[in-house]
This record gives sequence, structure tokens and C-alpha cells, in this order.
Amino acid sequence: MQILLQNLLNGIAAGSIYALIALGYTMVYGILKLINFAHGDVFMLGSFTGYYAGRWAAAHIHGEDNAPTLFVAGGIMLLAMIVCGLFGYLNERIAYRPLRNAPRIASLITAIGVSFFLEYGGQFVFGPDPKFFPTLVPKHIVHLGGIVTTNYQLIVLGVALVFMALLQYIIYGTKFGRAMRAVSFHFETASLMGIPTDRIISITFVLGSVLAAVAGILYGLSYPKIDPLMGIMPGLKAFVAAVLGGIGNVPGAVVGGLIIGIVEAFVGGSSFSNYRDAIAFVILIAILLFRPSGLFGKSEAEKV
Amino acid sequence: MNRLPWWLRDIAGLAIAIVVLLAVGYGLDRIPIGGMAYYKRVIVLMGINIILAVSLNIINGHAGQFSLGHAGFMAVGAYFSAFLTFFYFSPIVDKMPEGSQQFAAQNAFLLLSVLLGGGLAAVAGFLVGQPSLRLRGDYLAIVTLGFGEIIRVLILNIDKIGGARGLSGIPKWADFFWIYFFVVVTVLISWRLVKSSVGRAFLSVREDEIAAEAMGVDTTKYKVKAFVIGSFLAGVAGGLFAHFMMYLNPTMFMFIKSFEVVAMVVLGGLGSISGSIVAAIILTFLPEGLRSVKDYIPGGKDPRMVIYSLMLITLMLTRPQGIFGRRELWEVLARRKDVEPQSEVE
Amino acid sequence: MKKNLFVVVFSAIVVAVAGCAPKSETGTGTTTAGGGEILVGEYGSLTGPQGTFGTSTHNGIMMAIDEINANGGVNGKKIKVITEDDQSKQEEAATAVTKLISENNVVAVLGEVASSCSLAAAPICQQNKVPMITPSSTNPEITKKGDYIFRTCYTDDYQGHSLADYVLSEGVKNAALLTDVKSDYSQGLGHFFEERFTAGGGKIVARASYANGDSDFRAQLTTVKASNPQILFVPGYYTDIGQIAQQEHDLGLNAPLVGGDGWESPKLLEIGGKALEGSYYSNHYFYGDPAPMVHEFVQKYKDRFGATPDGMAALAYDAARVLADSLKRAKSTKGSDIRDAIAATKNFQGVTGTITIGPDRNAVGKKLVIEEVKGGQLTLKATVDPQKNVTGAATATH
Repeated sequence: MQILLQNLLNGIAAGSIYALIALGYTMVYGILKLINFAHGDVFMLGSFTGYYAGRWAAAHIHGEDNAPTLFVAGGIMLLAMIVCGLFGYLNERIAYRPLRNAPRIASLITAIGVSFFLEYGGQFVFGPDPKFFPTLVPKHIVHLGGIVTTNYQLIVLGVALVFMALLQYIIYGTKFGRAMRAVSFHFETASLMGIPTDRIISITFVLGSVLAAVAGILYGLSYPKIDPLMGIMPGLKAFVAAVLGGIGNVPGAVVGGLIIGIVEAFVGGSSFSNYRDAIAFVILIAILLFRPSGLFGKSEAEKV
Repeated sequence: MNRLPWWLRDIAGLAIAIVVLLAVGYGLDRIPIGGMAYYKRVIVLMGINIILAVSLNIINGHAGQFSLGHAGFMAVGAYFSAFLTFFYFSPIVDKMPEGSQQFAAQNAFLLLSVLLGGGLAAVAGFLVGQPSLRLRGDYLAIVTLGFGEIIRVLILNIDKIGGARGLSGIPKWADFFWIYFFVVVTVLISWRLVKSSVGRAFLSVREDEIAAEAMGVDTTKYKVKAFVIGSFLAGVAGGLFAHFMMYLNPTMFMFIKSFEVVAMVVLGGLGSISGSIVAAIILTFLPEGLRSVKDYIPGGKDPRMVIYSLMLITLMLTRPQGIFGRRELWEVLARRKDVEPQSEVE
Repeated sequence: MKKNLFVVVFSAIVVAVAGCAPKSETGTGTTTAGGGEILVGEYGSLTGPQGTFGTSTHNGIMMAIDEINANGGVNGKKIKVITEDDQSKQEEAATAVTKLISENNVVAVLGEVASSCSLAAAPICQQNKVPMITPSSTNPEITKKGDYIFRTCYTDDYQGHSLADYVLSEGVKNAALLTDVKSDYSQGLGHFFEERFTAGGGKIVARASYANGDSDFRAQLTTVKASNPQILFVPGYYTDIGQIAQQEHDLGLNAPLVGGDGWESPKLLEIGGKALEGSYYSNHYFYGDPAPMVHEFVQKYKDRFGATPDGMAALAYDAARVLADSLKRAKSTKGSDIRDAIAATKNFQGVTGTITIGPDRNAVGKKLVIEEVKGGQLTLKATVDPQKNVTGAATATH
């Protein structure tokens, strides 16, 4: 029983990282219908920005042996968000916008190209060796009854839920969100209604990339080993999570991420741990066979 | 010539191709320039990529079903044919006395194992094709990607064929001739499909499924058909790859491999056979050609793959509809707008 | 504008492709490798998931070759290393080796770290009768590919068995096994460890696996914790070990981790930190070894690359030096002569121990050291010398 609960907790903690990355996927997909395969690598970029900023801060502000103040840690997070946001903006501007009227699959290939670029570029610039992510917040071990967790895991889960709520509010509670939904519903009509579609799409991309930066920093905090290829597997699993929940749906992404995290934890803790990498896909296929648009996705009627 | 029935023309064409390939294969081994073995190797790997790209083009380009699991089907073919050769065929051939009889047996067994590998891949394609009855577009893409990864993880856990250690000691039976023979066969199958009623049904499914259904096209049947044919050829490519590499490892068939093949198809232009071929040639040669770039970079770092990815992005940005669009090479060269089979706008 | 860009990129590609096409000056032949130089090829994972190991290996090789050249080279000729990246992919490894052999006419080849890449490339070296030395691939299968394939490190079976013997001698009766499902190295080492450990009366009380590059191991560790093992045997790479140690610590599982040479890196302690206290692993050499040769190597490496060398760098350094030594002794730069010279290598003093090539073309009788993390530093716990028995401990000096 205790093992069961512990693994449930392990799964929720791992799943909240997936959820955080999946939020970025789902936002971009919701509006552009583009699988942004580079998203996992933007997440890597966020982590590395945090790494270099943290190292710089340790050398110049708080000293190697002291933990940074909350203010400095926040500043590092903010910097990573700015860098990734900027990258997201340029990425959309250069690699996706010119293809808006081209077949959709063309932008998918540029997305793969951008992903390759970040992976190989990362190895070229940062070096292929793993780096140790600086401790931005001191770690505490938390005992809940018989099960164990750390404050990092609680922070990640909390942040994922806060961002989910925030996004849900932005999409359904603000004017910008209404514009987003309009663009997502019908691009041309939205633009005829006077919605600055290009700007809306840009902002969506920036938002998605900022989320990736947050995920990157939190990931670095809880799993302090980062390398230029770290975005591939979490990115893929997060994408599966987004599809599982119904791609384009914000709570769906979080639920999908948690489901995958929990199932992976149970499989990882069982004697089938050899098959863990495949299990996310097995669940995905099983769910899509019964609900072809994911758990919370709307099944759209075919337009004739 | 035109009076002959199409199948007779194909057989004649194949016969000519065999003669030409034998001659070229013979010649390639004897060109006395440094590095010939390397160029030949790249040319052979290019042939395998052409088979992969042209076969994926049947699924993605002609039938319009977005598959990201091609590496999985290739893995099935590669491992099954290597398994047959390694455990059953190769011991028989080794026991035979050297000579023409052994040579004939070796090639017959190669053909058999590669075709059986393709056959099992086709079965896998049939199984994966089933969910495509219900799923569309990106959902199908991620499911096929998932199937590819599941296949890889399964292979990783079968100890009999090496698991994580990989399967080594596969005899090198496939070389230039066999691989390019199957390139010719693949292109021929693909070409005949496009020009047949099946190919027209594929196009109708791609262009408008509902309209196709309304016109009495059994869309389900044709989608599965595209998957089965495409996976069969991917399995054949895998089998040839195994008998050329002499070594297999599950990491060769990661989803990145599928991405590379999709990039070839899209870059060549969805639905254009010659486009897939040209793109496969470019994307195989590019990383090799960029090897010398590192000589100009101080510090011993190798930026070739960074340049490769930038070139991929730029090519896609400048030719969003692919190098040839949906046309074929000769149609583009002739610049005759009237042969354009359909509009390029989605 | 768009069209022009396309034309520009397309022509760039054509130029690039032409760059890989036959060059006229290399047209002459195979025996003479341009003026007074001996060409040696290196293929390695400079990029991709194994990039960090490939880079260390490359550093080790370059350091060895530069030293040899500074001391006058080999028989009056300088050695030139031509390096090709294989992106950690097996098919690329085979292509890279083919290029080195046929286009660059190298006389011998060094590589790879990953056994799978070595396995893909070895048949090509064998076929072309170009000797290949793998510095750090431990899969026993590799040198069975033919008489031109050599190895200067020990194999999985030797290491796994020695580790099991050592662990048993420490009084450990039950162990948990955590292996990397994707890595042939991890599977192999785990297999040989288990074989000897259970034969010696030990018991594997729990087993679980992860995949290289995973970041969360808590689920597996939770299961392991329930079986309460004395040690947790993790034959993996240091890139994962640090995190495993951290999470084991978080979960309150206090059994020490035990592992093999894949752990060796200055990054291990950086990532694992205090959580690794009391854990130990087998290695080829101990970087704190006061022996002048080791000390000098570590110092020079630090000066040049600004980091403590990891195990891969030391092994590559030795492999390159063994090759250079064999080139000196070889009658000519013909493949078969170099092969004979490598095969005759005897009592070569390397950083990672004395190297003697045995009849199966593996380094035989190499010593194995057990290093323990103590007080946040690596200390030498024991030395397993096949010629002698387990000998006493020393303390590290940084």
C-alpha cells in the first residue's frame, strides 16, 4: 500500500513536468494546428539559460557556497522566460509565418528542422557533456505519512496547476483569449473581423515558449542534470500527453501529463520496467481507439 | 513499343535494368580512384533511403495518410529477415561447397529473407492501418509514431535477436546490385500504382475523403492498402539494410529516422515520385558532403549537422510545396503547365 | 527573392556534394600516405547521445598524438589523426570508417566507445585489413570479428566477475540490480555480475531497469527499497548515476550504489554530491594515483582542457599510445605488419595499467581499481590485480 502511494506520488511529480511542457504544445496546436516539434528543444534552451544565468549569479552575486535569494532565483527564471519568449517569437516569424499559406506539412518539416538545429546547435555551443544545474532553491525532504517527497516536486505540481488556471483564464476570460479562440476557429473570418491574426499568433507562440522556459527551469531544479538532447524524450512524452488529453485543450494537457506520469511510475516500479518507454504510446493508442480526439477533445463534424 | 501490354513492357524494363545494374555494380568496384569504397557505400545507403522515401510517399503523398512510423516497419523487416538469415539460411549456405551453386543459394536466400521481412512488415502495416480507419491527420501521425516506438521497445526486449546488444554477424549478402534492383522495383510499383485505378482511388482519398466515399470509393480499404504496400517496401528496405550493414541495433530505428524519411518525402514534394528520389539523394549526400566543413573551423568542433538543419529549414521555406511540387521531374523540366495533375493549393 | 534564395541554397548543396566527390590528388594509391606523415583514423560520437564520451576520447587521443609528435613522432614521421564524427549512430560509424580507410588511406583506426558502433565498424576494418583498436568498448563480441580488431581495455565479463567477487568479499549477500535497458554495456555488465554473484552465494533481491537519458528513477527505486538490499548494483554511465543517487537519497534508501567504469567522470560527484557517499565502482585507473605517469597525465590534461580527465580520456590516451608504439615496432605501415606489431604488445606501461595483448586480441591481466566516495572525494578502496590478489587501500590526493 505504501509502495502504491509512493509510486502514485512519484508519478504525479514526473507527470507535472510533462503537463507543463504539454501546455505549450497544446496552445500552439490549438491556434495553428501545427505540431511544434521544436517545443521540447525550446524547453532545453530554457534550462540552459537558467544554467548559465545561475552560474553567473553564483560567481557575481551570492557566491558559490550560498543559495541565491528568492529575488535572484526569480530573476533567473525571468531571464530564461525572456530568452525563450524571444526565440519563440523569432522562430514563428522566420520559420512558420512564411509557410502560413503553404501545405501544413511544410511547417511540420521546418519544425523538425528547427528542432535539429537546436539539438545540434546546443551540442556545438554548450558542448555535448551533461551539466549540473545550480541549486536555486534549497532542497527539503518532506515526509507525508510513510511516503516521501521533496519540496521541488510540490513546487512543480503547484506551478503546473497555477499555469493551467492562468491559461484557462487567459483563453476564456480575456479579450485576447477571445481573439485567440476566434483565430483558432476560423483564420480568415477572424482576420475579416478585424482581429490582428498575425499578432495573436505571435503572442501565442511567445506564451508557449515562456511556458517551456518555466518547465525547463523547474526540470533543472528537480532533475539537476541537463544536456542538449534533454528535450527529446520529455518533449515527445509531453506531446503524447497533449494528444491524450485532446490536443488544443488546456486541462486536457495537464490531465494527460499526469496520466502518463502515473502510468510510467507504476510500470517503472513493476517487473515490466523494460517496457516503460513504450507504455505512454500504448495508453495513447488505447485511448484514441475509443475516443479518436483524445479525452477532452471535441470531435469535429466533417465539413462537406 | 507502345503496342506491347504494360506488364510486358515492365518485364522488359526490369530485364534492361538488371543488365545495367550488373554492369554498373561491376564497374563501381573497379574505378581506380581513392575513396571509391566510401562513395559506393554512400550510394548504396542512398538507394535504401530512396526505397524508404518512395514507399512512404505512397502512404503520405498519394493516399494522404500522415505516417510517422516508417522506421518501425523498416525495423520489422530488418530484424525478421536478419533473423531468418542468421539462424536458418546462413548455416545452410555456409555448409555448401564454394562455387556457383553456393552463390545461387545465397542470392535466392537473400531474396527470400528480404521478401519475407517485407511480408511481416506488411502484416504490421495492416495492423497499424486499422486505427487509421478512425483517426485523421495529426492523430494518425502520433499513433503511427507510437507504433514505431512500441516496435522498437519490443525488439529491445527480445533476447534471441540481441536486444540492446544488437544483432551482429549477419552475412553481407546485399550490395549495390540487389539494393538498386529493389529501388527499380519500388519505383515501378509506385509508378504503376499511381497510374492505376488504385492510384486514382488514393488521390481521391487524399483530396477529399467524403467526396471519395460519395463516389463509391471504399476509403477504408484504400487507406489500409496504402499502408500495407508502403510498409512492405519499408520492410524490404530494412532487410536489405540488415544484409548490407551486417549489424542491427534497435537505436537505428528511433523515431528520428522516421522524421528523416518524412523530410525527404515533403522536401521532394508530396506525391512526386521523382521528387522523393531527388530529395533522398540530397539528404543522404548533404551530411557526407559537409564533413569537410570542420577543417575550416578552429577548435576541432564539427558544425556540419547545424548547417544541415539550417539548409533543411531554408529549402522548406523557399520551396514550401517541395522541390517539384506534385509534378515529376520531367514535367518540371518541360515547364508545361497543362500536365500539372492537380492544383498545389491545399 | 525567394526563388534566388532557393537557387543559392541548392547550389550550396551541389558544391557540398561535389566536395565529397572524388578528389584528384588522392587518386594515386594506397601505400604512400603523403610526405612524411602517418595517417591514423579516429571515428567517434562527437555529437549525439554519446557525445560526451566521444569528446573525452577525442581529447585523450589528441593529447597522446601531440606528445608523440613533439617527441619526434614515429620513426621520423609525424602521426596525423583524421577524425570523423558518427553522431552516435551505428550506420554512420560504418560509413565514417569506410571513408577513413578508402578515401584517407589511414593505416589504422581508433574507436569507438559505444560497443554497438564498434561492432558496426569492426567488420569493415577486418575486411579491408586495417587494424582497429577500440579504447573503451567492453563487449566481448567485438574482438571476435577478426584478427585485425584489438582492444586495450578489459571486457564486461572480466569486470563483472571481478566486481562480484569483490562485493562478495565485502560480505554482501543480497543486491538489487538496476540496468539501462537501452545500453548493451549496462546489460552485459549486469549479466556477468549477476552470473558470478549468484554462483558465489549472493542473491539478486530486486531488479528494475531504466533507459539512458531518463530523469526520474523514483518508481524503480521505490520497488528496490521494499526489498531492502545491501547494495544497489547500477552498471550505467555517470550521466545517469548522479541523478539515481540523488533520488535514492531523497527516498531514504541508504544502500550504497555499486557500479563499473562507466561511472568515471568528474561530473559524477558534481551531480551526485553527498548522496553518493559510501558508493563505490570499479575503474581502470585512479586519477589520484601518486604514480608519476598518472599524475603527469592528469596534470597535462587539466592544463589543456581545463577539466579532470574521465576514464574514457585515459583509455583513449593509452590506446593511441599503444598504436604509436606498435607503429614504431612495425616493419612497415602495411596493415598486416601493424597488426602483428599490435598483437605483440607486451607490458606496455599505460596510465590505465600495464597493457599486454593476449591471443584473443584483448588486453589481458589489466588491473582493476575500486574507488569509493568518501568525505565527498574519491578514494582508492582496493586494487584487483589478476596477477596478485586484492590489495590494500590508499587515499586520494587531489
